Formats: sequence, C-alpha cells, structure tokens
Amino acid sequence: MRDVLRGGGPLARHEGPYFGEFGGRFVPEALIAALDELETYYRKALADPTFSDELERLHRTYTGRPSPITEVPRFAQHVGDGVRVFLKREDLNHTGSHKINNVLGQALLVKRMGKRRVIAETGAGQHGVATATAAALLDLECTVYMGEEDTQRQALNVARMELLGATVVPVTIGTRTLKDAINEALRDWVANVESTHYLLGTVTGPHPFPEMVRDFHRVIGDEARAQILDETGALPDAVVACVGGGSNAMGIFNAFLDDPQVRLFGFEAGGEGIASGRHSARFSGGAPGVLHGARSYLLQDEDGQTLPSHSVSAGLDYPSVGPEHAWLHDTGRAQYRPVTDGEAMEAFRLLCRTEGIIPAIESAHALAGAIALGREAATWAADGRDPVILVNLSGRGDKDVATAAAWFGLIEPEPVLKADEGEQL
Amino acid sequence: MSVTDVRSATGEKLDELARGPQPRAALIGYLPVGFPSVPGSARAVRAMVEAGVDIVELGVPYTDPVMDGPVIQAAANHALAQGTRVRDTLLVAEQVADAGAPVLVMTYWNLVLRYGVEAFARDLAAAGGAGLITPDLIPDEGAEWLAASDAHGLDRVFLVAPSSTPERLVSTVAASRGFVYAASTMGVTGERATVGERAEQLVADTRAAGASRVCVGLGVSRPEQAAQVAGYADGVIVGSALVRPLLEAPDEAAGLDALTGVVRGLAGGVRSAVRAPR
Repeated sequence: MRDVLRGGGPLARHEGPYFGEFGGRFVPEALIAALDELETYYRKALADPTFSDELERLHRTYTGRPSPITEVPRFAQHVGDGVRVFLKREDLNHTGSHKINNVLGQALLVKRMGKRRVIAETGAGQHGVATATAAALLDLECTVYMGEEDTQRQALNVARMELLGATVVPVTIGTRTLKDAINEALRDWVANVESTHYLLGTVTGPHPFPEMVRDFHRVIGDEARAQILDETGALPDAVVACVGGGSNAMGIFNAFLDDPQVRLFGFEAGGEGIASGRHSARFSGGAPGVLHGARSYLLQDEDGQTLPSHSVSAGLDYPSVGPEHAWLHDTGRAQYRPVTDGEAMEAFRLLCRTEGIIPAIESAHALAGAIALGREAATWAADGRDPVILVNLSGRGDKDVATAAAWFGLIEPEPVLKADEGEQL
Repeated sequence: MSVTDVRSATGEKLDELARGPQPRAALIGYLPVGFPSVPGSARAVRAMVEAGVDIVELGVPYTDPVMDGPVIQAAANHALAQGTRVRDTLLVAEQVADAGAPVLVMTYWNLVLRYGVEAFARDLAAAGGAGLITPDLIPDEGAEWLAASDAHGLDRVFLVAPSSTPERLVSTVAASRGFVYAASTMGVTGERATVGERAEQLVADTRAAGASRVCVGLGVSRPEQAAQVAGYADGVIVGSALVRPLLEAPDEAAGLDALTGVVRGLAGGVRSAVRAPR
C-alpha cells in the first residue's frame, strides 16, 4: 500500500499543476495560500509511511477493500462473441461507490492540517454521503452543497447525509445542479478558508486537487490490475469507465497509463444526443476553457458563458471535466465517447437482469460503452486469447432506484411540487 | 517592455488625486454591463461619474461568478437573461470613455480566453478602456495577459488578500499596473457592517512589498466606511451598494436617482477623509 499512492511509470506519476496545456490554478488570490498549504501537507503525507499505513488500515477495516472483480459472462454475451467482461466492484465499498477512497485520504489530511470543518459539493449525492461519513468518523463539522434539482433527484442521499450529521445546503441559483453547488462551495471556502477544507470530490478544480484526488483513487486501478492478471494471466485489452468530473476513470486508468497495449475508454453523458444540445459531452460538444479553477474541456457558448449540461445521471451532469482527462484526450492516450441516456438505461437494465447487480446510472454509462465497443472489441483478440474488457463499476444503484423505476414505467414519476405565486406549499 | 514603460490611465488618475490641492483617495464604482439594460448601464455609469465616481469598474456578466455575492449575481443574471454579450462591454466602455473617469473592466477569465486574449486587449484599448481587473486570474497564470496588456498599454489590476504571503505580495505587486486591489476581507463581494479589520494592515503590507497605489474593495457601502478606508488607501472600491439601488428601484429613472444619491454620499465620505501620510 505504501507504493499505492504513487506507483507506475512516467505517465502515471505525472504531477500538476499542468497536464499539457490543461490544469492550473484559476482561482481568487484568497485561496492560493490554502492551496499551497494543501499541496505542502499532501507532499509530506506522500513521503510519510504512517499516512499511507493509516489510509490502508481504513480501507481494509472500514471501506472493505480490496473490492473484488467479477466476471459477467451473461452480460458479456451482449457485448460480442468471445469477449470477456470483468467488473471492478467499487459498488461494494462502504457508502456505495468509489468516492470513499478519496474522501478518507483527504479527511486524514484535514486532521493533519488541524482544520475542523469540511465542505463538499455533490451531484448524485455519493460524494456528499462519503464526505458526511468521513466527517462523522473523524469528528469533523460538515456542510454539503447540492443543487436544488439534485436534492429532488437524490432525496434518499440527502436524508443519508443528514442522518450522518452533515448540513445539506440546497443551491437555488444558476442551473441548480452540480456546477452551482461547486460555485457555492468555493464562495464558502473563500470566506472560511482558515478553518475549513474544501473536500473536492473529483479530479478537477485548482492544483493540487486533480493530482491528489487521482492518487487517492489509484488504489482502484492497482487492485484491478493485479486481480485481472491473476484471473486471466494478462493485462486487459481495454479499460472502460464513465467520466463526469472523471475521478473513477482516472483512478482505474492511472494504473494502466504506462501499458500502451491497454486501450482506455471514457464514456461521458451524451444525454438526449449531442445534436439535441442536452448533454454533458465535453469532448464531443465542448472546447477548452476555464471553470472552477482549471483549464479543461468545457461546455460553453461563443462568449465563454458556461452552458447548462444534462444527463439522466446527476453524477455526470457537469459542464467540465478533469484536466488530466483533457490531456489524455488530446494526446490520444485515452478515447472519450458519448453514451445517451437511453443507451445507459438499457445497459442498466441489462446488468440487473443478466447478473443480479443494480449499477449506479453513472456506471451504466460505462456498461453501455462496453456494449458499444462490441464489434471493435472482437478484433482485439491476441495470441488466441479472448479479448478482455475491464469495466469500472464505480457505484451501486440504490440511490437511482426511483429514477430507474420511473424510467421503465414501474412507478409513476413523483410530481415536483411547485407553488403558484402566493401559494404556500 | 517593463511595467514602468507603459502609461497607466488609472495610475495617473490616482496620482492626480493624491497630489492635488486637496489630496484624497479615489472613489471607484462598479456596475455590471447590461443591467438594467445595455444602454441603461451606460447611462448609469455616466450618472455615477457625474455624481463623484473617479474610476469606473465595468463588470462583465458571467454565469459562474464565484467572487460575487448575491446582489451582483442577481444583476449579472438579469443581464445575461436579457441577452447581454461580452462585446456589449466594449460598446459600453466606448460610450462612457469620455465621461471623465478611466474605465476598467472587471471580468472572469474564461470570457477573455474565449474572445482571445490578444483580441480582447486590442479591442478594449481601441474602445478607450484602461485595463482589466481579473478576480480569478492570478499573475502566475497570466503570461498571455501580461504580454497583451504590455502590447496595448492596458492596466492590469491583480488582487491581494489577507491570506497572501509576503512572497506573493511581492510577485503580485510586480505584475500589477495601475493599482493593486486589496480585498478587505476573506469573502465575496457584498455590503458589510464593518470593513475588514485586516484591510489597513494589508494595504501597509502591500505598500511594503513595493506597491505605489493600493485600493481597497469588498464590503464598503456607507460614507463613513468610505471615509475610513480613504484615510489609508489610494482608492475605495464600491460595488454592491451601487448595484442595490438599481435592483430595488421601480424603474430606471428612480434607479439613477437613487444611485446618484448613494454615490454623492460615498464621494462625500472619501473627500472628508483625513489622509494618513504615505
């Protein structure tokens, strides 16, 4: 585990603040001292075995690591003849997703920095739940910002966070989704930076967040790499993940970046289709720009105003993407493709029916991506072996049951109550 | 070209006020372009200058203004909903350039990146603008802007904060031209009961780091606060307190009247200040 935070070759070890022309620190001066402090503590922690030992102990005894890999042959039949599909089961982690890996790492840093309060943003609620969990475990005060629209889509996770002792603040300005939750968290951080750590949940934001969050998630890829070698005797032909901000993808990609024979695919939310304009596909429908402290691909209009994003998955509904992904895209080391809401929901149903696993809708985008690779994948066979696709199943679908049930017509969608002018609800 | 080789419109204005027969700090007023409308914002800027604002800060409405509090956000959202474009900023800058006050543009960085840094600098200079205030661009990330502002003779106002280290004060001062914007408090824009206690020390520290002109913003809304800040700073920056009367007025004429009243009060505060010796 001591090597887990920084294993691998030169691509895997790439340090910020820049990934090619992406990354940086495009934030108010007021935050620079806190970012410098965070980087200093992080670099010290990397060099301190007691830090990685403590994180490893928490992962083993609290998170439930290592998470297994599961071969899914009945699902694989829908991908292509002879293609083997394995899932990395981050859905089995405590709190239900990969998010806990990063949260525990940052929470231990918070204790080292002597701060008492954490704030976080959340879209689908998984990062908020993980942060509230770590705050309860380590006795930290916790405030979570969440777009008002997302608090309605993910009411169960709001209740979870409150049960864990966190204060959930619904954000009612802007698009009322993840983007605006990050804006509010940044405003809080500027005002309270001396006592408060912003526990950012993905591989974006100002340096050192993209690099640090990636390192905390590298455990996914390291475990999966060893497990798939053990199971198949070879590296996988492709590693597949969904990409919102990009943390689960970066965590699993990182362990394979320096293995050029392993294809890396990130699937972003194509929403209702790129042509509809209602999507979160930054690589298909965006251009480089700056948002939330980093230069990366961004959905923006011709003036540079941020465009609203859309996805059936609150966790992928974000107009930008981590800067390291932008770099991997431009260098060609990873390929990024869109998956529509409909394709993702079909893959969601398929995994439920064929393998008895209800995935997060985010992760269903990766599953749909694997299916879309179908014929392409069949050509990858090498040395007479069957092609192997490793999919990161980043979270479980408990939180998405209501959304999925409404999608498939199993229940009536709950009406969103709106007051007429002057009416009290 | 070094920083000192380029003329600074805002610097000259601040120096003129500081060296006049009755030396005083400048009143710097912020208004967002496109609020209540594009022509309305030009009229509001003229009214503000006539009532006593010495330097104008034109805000470009942005979808994600993380340094702004609720009053300025509300105005910016209104302006965007009305279809205000980035190029309207250049239009308004041109329309008010002869009003008697240097015009700085305050903008979040992606808007300039998208326009093209060099093109924006060229067009702002052509419109008679004095330079940029960049709340989310620190000098460390600003190489392209440093070059373009030198090429087009524009001021570059970077921010310092109570959390800035001595080393960062030195590097930020060195990169700035016109003045250095001292954020009075850790926080976002908005009216506050008291101006941050650390503002005076921050001004002193910024001067010690080499700045010849330091102006203070964030939280100033009342004449007595303006007077207090004008006692130790080279300029007093007011935003939300000027936007609020326009937001709350029933129509534009009433809004301009209310704005004029607020500016006169603040201008009186600035003029009443006892200047501490530099």
